[in-house]
Amino acid sequence: MEFKDYYKIMGVARDATQDEIKRAYRKLARKYHPDVSKEADAEARFKELGEAHEVLKDAEKRAAYDQLGANYKGGQEFRPPPDWNTGFEFSGGGYTGGDAGDYSDFFASLFGREFRGAAGRRPAHAKGEDHHARVLIDLEDTYHGATRTITLRVPGVDARGHVITSERVLNVTIPKGIRAGQHIRLSGQGSAGIGESQAGDLYLEIEFRAHPLYRVEGRDLYLDLPISPWEAALGATVKVPTLGGIVELKIAEGSVSGRKLRLKGRGIPGDPPGDCYAILAIALPPADTEAARDLYRKMAQELNFNPRAKLEVPK
Amino acid sequence: MNTENSLSQFAVCIFEEQTRLTLADLCRACAVHAERIIELVDVGVLEPQGREPARWIFGGASLHRARGALRLQHDLDIDLAGAALALELLDEIKTLRARLHVLGGEY
Repeated sequence: MEFKDYYKIMGVARDATQDEIKRAYRKLARKYHPDVSKEADAEARFKELGEAHEVLKDAEKRAAYDQLGANYKGGQEFRPPPDWNTGFEFSGGGYTGGDAGDYSDFFASLFGREFRGAAGRRPAHAKGEDHHARVLIDLEDTYHGATRTITLRVPGVDARGHVITSERVLNVTIPKGIRAGQHIRLSGQGSAGIGESQAGDLYLEIEFRAHPLYRVEGRDLYLDLPISPWEAALGATVKVPTLGGIVELKIAEGSVSGRKLRLKGRGIPGDPPGDCYAILAIALPPADTEAARDLYRKMAQELNFNPRAKLEVPK
Repeated sequence: MNTENSLSQFAVCIFEEQTRLTLADLCRACAVHAERIIELVDVGVLEPQGREPARWIFGGASLHRARGALRLQHDLDIDLAGAALALELLDEIKTLRARLHVLGGEY
């Protein structure tokens, strides 16, 4: 197991005061809190930080850690000496973090495994813990409704207190019209209850996989719709893909790039359903043949067009 | 933990839209005393229907909002008003990011 340098994790000196440790923790906690941070490893960093703080904020644990840690560097192979903590009495229970089961093996080897897992003083009967997981689905799944097989990795603690990860496969019905950030609740699929109490629930938070065509905002979908210069200039009826199939859309004459056309009710289903917006993007035909170049030359000669008129420069 | 493979037999609904919770339900689900939920209503994180706490009805979205606020308060050692402000700003960032994405920008 690796030695963890809690001082380095907290970014403080080994002789930092308790106030300095508290300040460092608060600052880093704001930076890496998984609800706040966009950094990919925020959750892991936050857990590590919580573990470091748990030890350093507590005078007893810190003294024990200091006595042991003077000769180690972070990442170094570590084996606690037998009876190393003789003479220290841990008051225990000081966990502020609810997920003590997330603390590292290193932590457990120092301060005991009984702290990990769903420890704490719990009554003889209590509803089991709720579990949370995030699942990725396709936009098509919410449009039509779907049944999806979802694999969750479930961390747990085995009989000897080791952290283990098992896989759990669920067949989940995706309700039509569900949006990103919403949840599906599977009753009784969380942790088992204590005593005769009922089990906790499992909440699945929905997230959409990036779609090649559509971008999503709430129930509305946005689609870039390329059109030719003559469709934009003269008007046309063009075919547009929607989640419900291809529909025809009328382009008014004199349309410009960036114009938003609404396909009412073609977004994510609901009451009311969302809309699908086609954002016009004029695509230029390539001048890759002599005939095409001739057409462009002809336009240049015959059209009195200055695209930079607003910049007040002569043509 | 239940290890059965098929959950198709469960009636599945969109929690935010089809769930109504009483104060007692919310306390149980967040594992806190009623006072904490009442504080969340006082700072405006939760907006139940009904006049007095005994008759309050919360929408399903309240559960994750309440848990989010309590988590921020606890983990960052801030008061509930601060947590409420953080939640509002986070919501706003989320909306702006979605809008930026719609416009084709990176985030």
